[in-house]
Amino acid sequence: MKLIEKLWQALDERYELQPLVDFAKQKAVPRHRHDWMYYFGGLTLFFFLIQVATGILLLLYYRPTAEAAFESVQFIMTRVPFGWLIRSIHSWSANLMIASAFIHMFTVYFAGAYVKPRELTWWTGVALLLLALGFGFSGYLLPWNELAFFATRVGTDMVSKVPFIGHWLLRVLRGGEDVTGATLTRFFGIHVAVLPMISTFLILLHLAFIQRQGMHEPQEEPKLPPRPFFPNFVLREFMVWLVGLALLAALAAFFPWELGKKADPFAPAPAGIKPEWYFLFMFETLKLLPAKVLGIEGEILGLAAFSVGGLFWFLAPLWDRKRVRGEKSLFALVVGWGVVLYIAAFTALSYLGVFQ
Amino acid sequence: MDTGNKISRKGFINWLLGTSLGATVVAALYPVFRYVLPPEVAEAPTNRVLAGKLSELPPNSGKIFRFGAKPGILVRTQGGEVRAFSGICTHLNCTVQYRADFQHIWCACHNGHYDLQGKNIQGPPPRPLETYKVDIVGDDIYVTRGA
Repeated sequence: MKLIEKLWQALDERYELQPLVDFAKQKAVPRHRHDWMYYFGGLTLFFFLIQVATGILLLLYYRPTAEAAFESVQFIMTRVPFGWLIRSIHSWSANLMIASAFIHMFTVYFAGAYVKPRELTWWTGVALLLLALGFGFSGYLLPWNELAFFATRVGTDMVSKVPFIGHWLLRVLRGGEDVTGATLTRFFGIHVAVLPMISTFLILLHLAFIQRQGMHEPQEEPKLPPRPFFPNFVLREFMVWLVGLALLAALAAFFPWELGKKADPFAPAPAGIKPEWYFLFMFETLKLLPAKVLGIEGEILGLAAFSVGGLFWFLAPLWDRKRVRGEKSLFALVVGWGVVLYIAAFTALSYLGVFQ
Repeated sequence: MDTGNKISRKGFINWLLGTSLGATVVAALYPVFRYVLPPEVAEAPTNRVLAGKLSELPPNSGKIFRFGAKPGILVRTQGGEVRAFSGICTHLNCTVQYRADFQHIWCACHNGHYDLQGKNIQGPPPRPLETYKVDIVGDDIYVTRGA
């Protein structure tokens, strides 16, 4: 004990740490009927940390070339002790992270927490969700299996529909005209270096904004005395993390992630091919759109609609004037439920096989 | 810069530093920008390939073949006629396949259908598949692009 106290004193003397401790002691989190939603941002961060840790472990054996990628993942799953578990956790945690991020985003949306003064928190948050989807898309290709190969062909082809710079973007993403080993190497670099760097920066910014402004409180809620951040809130958050870890461990152990068949660029796309669940609503919509709508190619119209819709969602803090004034916004509520119902319905119907 | 015809010393220095900084940033970013864009790989244009053997392609079947770097599809109709098309779906770039049960070409990714002329007949594909010329020499099927 003495030694720790001495060490603390030595550090405090040099770096003036006591004010930080005082600050942490004062910090509090609002309490109300819906304060459960405060835990989902932290839970998303927890899964992100798991991704970093398991991702680093996978890097020890993974080889990012078209010739070796599939075999190296196979090696991880069959020969490396606990390799199957590490890879399974990485895949499952990715899915849980995105699920948690979606829940976090929708609770923030329905609470109206994105309005002034928290516009930048919303924008960095939506950007982080897009980065998470980018992680999912780029990581999906890395095992170089059949599903991944075609998912990447389709996904990168969508990018080529962007007006003016589409073809240029396609070449930058694919590292050439087609999805080849060059694409795999590029996606690997994006997945393990570019996206982690940007995400880490944005997460720190996102947290710094929350730290400066404090948690948003819904106005209509009856006020309860706030909960101290340390240790009460932190311990509760840890409990949520523990539940997340238990769920993750169960999924990873009982439903190990499959590897599938090695990609063959000269094989047809397999029947029943579909993307990860978080892209299903877009996938099914693109399947339903006819070849031409009002003389415009269906998929271009669909992709344009998704882009405009996404932008509209992103810009919520700008068009929602009512909530800024503290009033209820029926329009924002209808938009929010419309989006939730559309995504939920299309995803569920896709799983039920209604669109086949 | 001030409003008179004389340039202030401070304004001049700021202009000089600003443009130098701008030029340095551009000089640093331009190679990065060019580096990220992959170089055009000069491919020997493939216009004619041996796509398969007639004996390996029974009526009402299909086969993917390599046409340079891209997939092509050979189809042998119920009547025994051999046709060849680009194997790339015009919708979102997947590789199509011949479905014996439909007796036409199908893309698994978004459920696109093409008839035996390569014409898009159902689902999201916006355009027909590119058609290639087929020559049969003995048992060999040769496919030629364009004409």
